[in-house]
Amino acid sequence: MAGQTDIELIKNGIRMDGRKPDELREVKIVAGVLDNADGSCYLEWGNNKVYAGVFGPMECHPRHKQKADRAIVQARYTMAPFSVNDRKRPGLDRRSSEISYIVSQAFEKVVMVEEFPKASIRVDMQVVEAHAGTRCAAMTAASVALADAGIPMRDMIPACASGKVNDVVVLDLNKEEDNYGQADLPLAIIPSTGEVVLLQLDGHLTPEEFELALELATNGCMDLYKKMRIALENSHGGKA
Amino acid sequence: MSSDSVSNLMKGHMESLAKEGKRADGRGINEFRKVKIETGMINTAEGSAMVHLGKTKVLCGIKMLIGRPYGDSPKSGTMMTTTELAPLADQSFDPGPPREKSIELSRVVDRGIRESRMIDFESLCIEEGEKVWTVFIDLHILDNNGNLFDCCTLAAAAALSNTMIPNVQHGVSDKDVKLTVNCWPISCTFGKLGDSVILDPTSEEESVMTARFTVAHDENGNLRAAQKGMNGAFGNDEIKEAVKTARASDNVLREALKGIQG
Repeated sequence: MAGQTDIELIKNGIRMDGRKPDELREVKIVAGVLDNADGSCYLEWGNNKVYAGVFGPMECHPRHKQKADRAIVQARYTMAPFSVNDRKRPGLDRRSSEISYIVSQAFEKVVMVEEFPKASIRVDMQVVEAHAGTRCAAMTAASVALADAGIPMRDMIPACASGKVNDVVVLDLNKEEDNYGQADLPLAIIPSTGEVVLLQLDGHLTPEEFELALELATNGCMDLYKKMRIALENSHGGKA
Repeated sequence: MSSDSVSNLMKGHMESLAKEGKRADGRGINEFRKVKIETGMINTAEGSAMVHLGKTKVLCGIKMLIGRPYGDSPKSGTMMTTTELAPLADQSFDPGPPREKSIELSRVVDRGIRESRMIDFESLCIEEGEKVWTVFIDLHILDNNGNLFDCCTLAAAAALSNTMIPNVQHGVSDKDVKLTVNCWPISCTFGKLGDSVILDPTSEEESVMTARFTVAHDENGNLRAAQKGMNGAFGNDEIKEAVKTARASDNVLREALKGIQG
């Protein structure tokens, strides 16, 4: 968050990419795109492109991470070296590790982990092109991949960010807004209960702005949830 | 699925099929699976390609950055190849730093591209001894159904063929230009299955074969790189025969590669 900027990111209520403040970028979701994975998903969100694949439940490795009474979710978020303008060094950095960790924990809330003691459910998220909002895109794709794999879950978890640019609270920041905006708030919820399973914030928001941002992101998640269900209907048939 | 669990029964079945010149998936022993190449899908990369070889899927992205040349070749650009065996591609791929398997794969692909002089490294010199372009070939395996060697080499060649040198972004000149490609290396990988040698092995075949042989040719039919892998062995005649077969069989891949060039 660079904070104050001279760049006019929003003008007469319309953002640089033509969206209104409460509008998502275009989202395309396809379930079941990979052959080897038990469940998979390809997701395009604006210019973000993400693959997610799920294996399991299966024996947990390393053994010392096993839980006697439940399964663990081992989520892994990585960015391809060519996914950003400056080449990213391959492998897990601190940012990817943190995202992997909080996403694992979020999924352990909805996956029926108590059904599979000592097991592991592996969720791999590969960002192949990044333009702000990749953790939300990756998490949304992972939810669809988990459902595609037939893993028992209480619900899927859509994730979406809101933020602030030029003192206006907006939904789903794009690259410029993320770079030059004033705040970024990624949020993931359980749509059936409204519970929050992931929330981060960096930047500067007044308490009123925070409440508005939370509401916007929640609405964004609900919008996304419909698209996720349609993607599953399309690949599995029937009414989700 | 995990390839470690193919039964002895299946092993015997595949070996006896190969003896009759047949495969479990209906192919002949010297036949590639269906190949499909798409290019230019990654906007943040200087060049990109996705190759489907049967059900194997590899995404390649090219990045170009300015670096220093090696002391012994001050006028030459440099290149680096990495492969990411993404855990979503195969249950047996572990998360974590690259292992031997991934390093061998990167190096075989690297040699095929480098030794064929596919890229004219001298054209990548910006300032002798000081500034040259480094070409990063990053291969992302998304679905592993066997023969990553050929699929990766093809993906790298396809991505390089639509790479634009980012002169503007790096302030080198005011116009991006296409990376010049001199020649077209194509690799063919064989597996030893019982007493037979098969082209383009699937995961299932890889799990029961005892030895692997990869050979890369240029478009003039000259050899450019080769690698024998795994703990089995090939006879001298089997190697010679495989090299001949590679020359005769790599046309399908060459045609697919030609198809993407506008």
